[in-house]
Amino acid sequence: MEVIYSMMTLTLIFSTPIIITAIGGMFSERSGVVNVALEGIMMIGGFTAATSIVFLEKSTSFAPWIALLFGLIAGVLISLVHAYISINLGAEQVISGTAINLLAGGLTVYLSQVIFHQQRTQSFETGFIKTTYPGLSKIPIIGRIFFENIYPTVYIALIIVIASWYVLYKTPFGLRLRATGEHPQAVDSVGISVYKMRYIGVLLSGALGGLGGAIMVLTFDTQYTIGSIHGVGFIALASLIFGKWKPAGVLGASLFFGFSQILSVYSTDFAFLAKFPQEFFKILPYLLTIVALLIFSGSSVGPKAAGEPYDKGQR
Amino acid sequence: MKKIYDYILDEKNHHFIIPAISIILGFLVGSIIMIFSGLNPLDMFASIIRGVFGITLSKIGTGKAIFNARYLGEYFVFAMPIILTGLSVAFAFRTGLFNIGAEGQMIVGSFASVVVAILVPLPPVLLLPLVILAGALAGAIWGFVPGILKAKYNVHEVVVTIMMNYIALFMTNYYLKKLPGSTNSKTVALVKGATLKSDFLSDITNHSRLNWGFILVIIAVFSFWYIIEKTTFGYELKAVGYNPDAAKYAGIKVNSRAALSMVIAGAYAGLGGTVLAIGTFGYGRVLPQAEGYGFTGIAVALVGGNTAAGSLLGGLLFGALNAAQPIMQSSGIPKDIAVIISSMIILFIAMQNGIKMLLERLKGGK
Repeated sequence: MEVIYSMMTLTLIFSTPIIITAIGGMFSERSGVVNVALEGIMMIGGFTAATSIVFLEKSTSFAPWIALLFGLIAGVLISLVHAYISINLGAEQVISGTAINLLAGGLTVYLSQVIFHQQRTQSFETGFIKTTYPGLSKIPIIGRIFFENIYPTVYIALIIVIASWYVLYKTPFGLRLRATGEHPQAVDSVGISVYKMRYIGVLLSGALGGLGGAIMVLTFDTQYTIGSIHGVGFIALASLIFGKWKPAGVLGASLFFGFSQILSVYSTDFAFLAKFPQEFFKILPYLLTIVALLIFSGSSVGPKAAGEPYDKGQR
Repeated sequence: MKKIYDYILDEKNHHFIIPAISIILGFLVGSIIMIFSGLNPLDMFASIIRGVFGITLSKIGTGKAIFNARYLGEYFVFAMPIILTGLSVAFAFRTGLFNIGAEGQMIVGSFASVVVAILVPLPPVLLLPLVILAGALAGAIWGFVPGILKAKYNVHEVVVTIMMNYIALFMTNYYLKKLPGSTNSKTVALVKGATLKSDFLSDITNHSRLNWGFILVIIAVFSFWYIIEKTTFGYELKAVGYNPDAAKYAGIKVNSRAALSMVIAGAYAGLGGTVLAIGTFGYGRVLPQAEGYGFTGIAVALVGGNTAAGSLLGGLLFGALNAAQPIMQSSGIPKDIAVIISSMIILFIAMQNGIKMLLERLKGGK
């Protein structure tokens, strides 16, 4: 039982950056802009957070939180590029996204060398620390999973899921955003700016992707390296698809992919897991996404207008 | 002057002008970034000249040897794989498909070549062709999966190819480590007969890693041109790329053409992997992460306007940036500036509607 509890806590911790980034991707794609740049946005966010904390941690105990904020802002700035190219210039969104992924790898390592004179950022003393909340951790079952040896960032992820569900389904803004991704012409015809809705969608994906990357580096790493994000942005993209572009679905898919990542850690505890090589668990999210796409292919689940530039003249 | 001006503004020349402007802007942004970080962009251009032509500008007039043929050889070593991944991306683009999967197709190509070279006991005359074929075939299979999913089930090829890049990386790493004699980072050295290595080519270029792979590259470039420009099949592919509905109406089997286009695209990338594994290195490598040849291939294809000759030129351009990287790093310039420039060039090409608008405005204001 001990093992099961700690496994669930660790699943939550591993899933946190996936959940946050995938929810960001959801806002972008729901507004009609495909965002394959999530990986690059996470890298920029992670690098910015790691750099900020190195300079801040001597002077303030809030350094990790301020670093998160800077990571988020950096994510917004880089997503502006994607927004402008995709929305204003009507470019092929996948090409723009791919270029940003490439740029993020180059830019973060370049800046590391300019600022720290090495291929990675300087290591920071402490990122976020695992905490046990006295009192709350005494609650049966829930306390063990949610309040013992856990990072506070996990709660951010859960709050974001609930908030995004509320925004998307219970507010006029959410309705407009969803409509923009399905039928932009209809949205335009009732006087709502398609460009504005799409900008908000893409910038939200930048904010959340930057935050996800920042959390990832400040919880799993002691510095930013080119391998810090190692494909988690694409796992987030996978979660988005696997979760059918819906908040609850994205949460479920992210938790599942987070779980599959930690299975390899626990393979020594369970005899049947030891048979599988580590690589098997790494492949699992990607393989399952292809299978999911195949299963969904009959019914149209994704936002209908995603990927198509909006042209006012075309009604 | 007036003539140049008219040439630039003429819409017919946009297919050439836009990549050219993008390349210039890419280098411009890179140079500005360097200036802001206290570096001299001219040092970067000197590194590129040294990487491509083997000429060290700073040694001119010092009496030391200014030319080193090894750099020239290494330049082609850097350019060869990305010309092939460029062809791969370009071929799929012609049918309207976006092959982000060249990276993965290349990885399985390398892998298949290495496996055959190590495990199949044949005399070199038979083994080498089989090793090359295995690489192309593995890439083709890796391209077939997104191709058939697109054709039969209309699943978007972009997401499938991204996912398959990672599957390729982790799967081949696992099996490479299982091969007899492998360490955690590489396999045993391949027998010479199963590689493209050449003492002759290496000797004339002052012991570079230049190898017979360039013959495969030339054949690939030629085959691309032939298929696209000279065959009915190529014509059908282009028709599907221009307008799938019209192609369907004209009786072209759009779905099967899409799948086949991905198969051929995959074969080019797989061949790129083969050249890398049995030409450049001569052993299989366990990679901690993807190396980016496939992504550079996207830049190559875009710059080259998705043509055979364009991909060749694009490969030579980005090969120059790659070849200059180690030289830059050793002279104090972070080599990642090359990555920044490549990605900026892709971004500017993606912005081509903006560039076109700008050119139109210039024309209007004349």
